[in-house]
Amino acid sequence: MTSDESQAFVAFDRVQKSYDGEVLVVKDLNLHIGRGEFLTMLGPSGSGKTTCLMMLAGFETATHGDITLDGKPINNIPPHKRGIGMVFQNYALFPHMTVGENLSFPLEVRGIGKSLREEKIIRALDMVQMGDFINRRPAQLSGGQQQRIALSRALVFEPELVLMDEPLGALDKQLRETLQFEITNLAHQLGITTVYVTHDQTEALTMSDRVAVFDDGRIQQLAAPDKLYEEPENSFVAQFIGENNTLQGTVSKIDADMCEVTLDDGSIIDALPVNVTTVGEKTQVSIRPERVEMDPSRLTPGAHTLKAEVLEFVYMGDIYRTRLRVAGREDFIIKTRNAPDQRRLTPGESIEIGWRPTDCRALDA
Amino acid sequence: MSDATQSGPVLAADGTPLKRSLARALRAQKMRALMLIAPLLIFILVAFIAPIVDMLFRSVENQIVSETLPRTVVGLQDWDPTDLPSDDVFAALAYDFIEATERRRHTRLGSRLNYETTGISSLFRQSGRSVDEIGEEYTAQFVELNAAWETPATWVALMAPADWITAEAAWAERFAVVADAARIATQAVAEADEASVGQAAAAAAVARAEASRVELEQPVFRLSVAAQEVLPETSDAYRSFARTIQQVDEETPTAEVPWNTVYLALYRDLSALDVSGYNGPMADLLIEADAAVETFEGLTPREAWGEVNDGWLDLDNWATIEAFSDPFTAGYFLSAVDLQLTPDGIEAQPEEQRIYILLFKRTIIMSMAITLMCVFLGYPIAYLLSNLPSRTSNLLLILVLLPFWTSLLVRTSAWKVLLQQQGVINDLLVWVGLVADGSRLALINNQVGTIIAMTHILLPFMILPLFSVMKTIPPTYVRAAKSLGATNFTAFRRVYFPQSVPGIGAGCILVFILSIGYYITPELVGGRTGTFISNRIAYHISSSLNWGLAAALGTILLVLVLALYWAYDRIVGIDNVKLG
Ligand SMILES: Nc1ncnc2c1ncn2[C@@H]1O[C@H](COP(=O)(O)OP(=O)(O)OP(=O)(O)O)[C@@H](O)[C@H]1O
Ligand SMILES: [Mg+2]
Repeated sequence: MTSDESQAFVAFDRVQKSYDGEVLVVKDLNLHIGRGEFLTMLGPSGSGKTTCLMMLAGFETATHGDITLDGKPINNIPPHKRGIGMVFQNYALFPHMTVGENLSFPLEVRGIGKSLREEKIIRALDMVQMGDFINRRPAQLSGGQQQRIALSRALVFEPELVLMDEPLGALDKQLRETLQFEITNLAHQLGITTVYVTHDQTEALTMSDRVAVFDDGRIQQLAAPDKLYEEPENSFVAQFIGENNTLQGTVSKIDADMCEVTLDDGSIIDALPVNVTTVGEKTQVSIRPERVEMDPSRLTPGAHTLKAEVLEFVYMGDIYRTRLRVAGREDFIIKTRNAPDQRRLTPGESIEIGWRPTDCRALDA
Repeated sequence: MSDATQSGPVLAADGTPLKRSLARALRAQKMRALMLIAPLLIFILVAFIAPIVDMLFRSVENQIVSETLPRTVVGLQDWDPTDLPSDDVFAALAYDFIEATERRRHTRLGSRLNYETTGISSLFRQSGRSVDEIGEEYTAQFVELNAAWETPATWVALMAPADWITAEAAWAERFAVVADAARIATQAVAEADEASVGQAAAAAAVARAEASRVELEQPVFRLSVAAQEVLPETSDAYRSFARTIQQVDEETPTAEVPWNTVYLALYRDLSALDVSGYNGPMADLLIEADAAVETFEGLTPREAWGEVNDGWLDLDNWATIEAFSDPFTAGYFLSAVDLQLTPDGIEAQPEEQRIYILLFKRTIIMSMAITLMCVFLGYPIAYLLSNLPSRTSNLLLILVLLPFWTSLLVRTSAWKVLLQQQGVINDLLVWVGLVADGSRLALINNQVGTIIAMTHILLPFMILPLFSVMKTIPPTYVRAAKSLGATNFTAFRRVYFPQSVPGIGAGCILVFILSIGYYITPELVGGRTGTFISNRIAYHISSSLNWGLAAALGTILLVLVLALYWAYDRIVGIDNVKLG
């Protein structure tokens, strides 16, 4: 659902931000979000996600660059006129108002009449299955309930754009999963453009149309979840998203879509060149644990294999997780499905491993 | 299912009811907590609660009348207020008054009653000078009849039981010895040369101390049963005399001739009663006198008092004594609300003496004005402070607290300098041209001065709770409000302000309660129109010495504050008060 610049609903153009005039918290941000898209900003703590969101909401101003909303530069519009719904990490429900009053607030300030207001409030509460709680105060609600109310408050005035800053951060796993599902459903149902901030990668992958991975004030990769997972463009993304095995080496042979990497202990493997171009370049190859094969017969004939020694075997229910010593490293993980004919490895065993070259990506060192 | 649903009490593992074992477990904790707060608790009880209780008590206490004039008060119980009291009451007054005079209590009572009826103070003072003349004609006639009536020994024999007489004699003997030693020692000090003077002085001191110890041991005078039976009034009057002599003059009744009032009592007893059956000590003397009293001439007690001072023939003075003869009185409270207790019931004070209601009103209204000023001035400052980074805000907070570093007196005096007609502010206004030189503003010695100075002094008490409450309001609320479409003003009014109300509440309560009892500042800059009720209380405590009225005013103030506090609780809710 990538959208080109002209039809972007929200656009960041070479945006920079510094709080103190010394450090750039956001460096050269370019991001185009299409109408109706669910975009997630994912990144480690302090990478500038909240800052971007605040600039969009109007609580911070960009030091440099332009942000446009529906084609109009946002700088000239005060926060309360932007019509952006926002869900805060700590919910920010007004403690002195009941749930109903909280929801009524955005409608009242827009001068909407009483009967219409009530209708909208009830609809918004029903949307999150909280109709019965209209007269409670926020303090009388559980965390998940507060979160639902915060969501319905952000949606009740029918904004076209909703920003959510780690809205599920404070909740337990089960509840988080339920709410993730509800939020994506609602967003798609209502056709709202959503910018969602999280540092939970599973959340990002399961909810989003596209994910922007932030690090050090830059977008490291902007792609759909599957692409992000399977085709990380640099070693940061590869490390950050999901579990990954990495091996250090030097490019010893390179074609357009295939290269050979000599590892530090001298063994040779096949990989897909992503960030490497020349022979002799240092590289870090990355391979997903579930893409490692133990059965050489399943590999293309003539593919390179590696010797490995089993160090640890962990039974995890749906999968087996085995730790191996490979090319001098002891943190090489493989995951195998728990199937009836699956082989269980025992520590001390020596095996032969390999992979399809396209699954192994030679990235920047 | 949990244990709670079973019938009967929940049991702990060892079978005792859970409640009891919980209580036992908590008792040790409670005891420890109690021990920790004990020093403070005791301090508060002694230094705070006790004085307040004492003050509350003083505002209704009135024992001075019944203690100083006990017999008179009893006599007045069935007095018809349209006529002067009977001779019995006047006689009782004589017995009471002479003792009060000897014990120097009559002027104190005079001042107390003077709060109620002006002029009584001088009546009491003047009467004290000539009360000892009451009954003197009877004394003369008794002595003329038999000179034995003039000897103290006669009276002691007649009145006291034998064992007291023995004890008194033994005491006198020892006392003479010790007193002699003390006298000699003192003389030795006077005559000693410089080298040994210290030693001699020490010895003299020991001797004198011994003497005074012996004095204290003088057996308290007691009446014999026979005397009490045969001469009730006389024995009562004599006991009053004897004990006063012992306690006030530190003399012995065995060496003193009774007061004239005792002879008056004797005359009254003998005229009224038959003593022929008496066969105790001095029976002959008594029977002789009994026969003779019919021929005695003299003034009735009422006439005698009329001689002493004709104020005693004034019904109003008697009415006052009667009205305040109860050990407890509402009089102070009535005065404190501009009413008075008259023989005809409760009436308003004369117009020109009504000041307290006005003062209470003024105190409350000005305190409210000061509180409002503090809110208006303090709120923006607290808001600013709470939104600054904490380094800056801490620095500025120190500036807010700066006034506390200088003495209250200095600050108030500084306001005097600034606000006077020839002061800095007026000079500035004149210089700028806002005010003509001839019509400089009166900013001090009036209510304006009090409000300005007190607002300045109490402002920190508003800012601090406001600041600490505002500090706890996360900025995300206002952001949320704005993102929901509220303008800055609406976000403030509907979201920020309601959450800061607890701070306003706490600040208002603090400032209002502090200012309603403020004393120094109104005293210094308030002039005549800007003083508070507390200044009046201080005046009664230290100048007019009418502590009862001061206590009543203080009690009313306390009740007012509690009432306002209660009203506040009902309207705003005390849970809504937060100091941080
Ligand atoms: N108001 C501020 N003043 C100064 N520096 C700030 C301010 N807010 C954030 N920063 C700094 O900017 C950087 C980015 O902060 P930001 O809040 O955008 O991170 P984030 O990606 O949202 O992190 P997290 O996942 O922990 O919320 C951080 O280094 C932070 O210290
Ligand atoms: Mg953040």
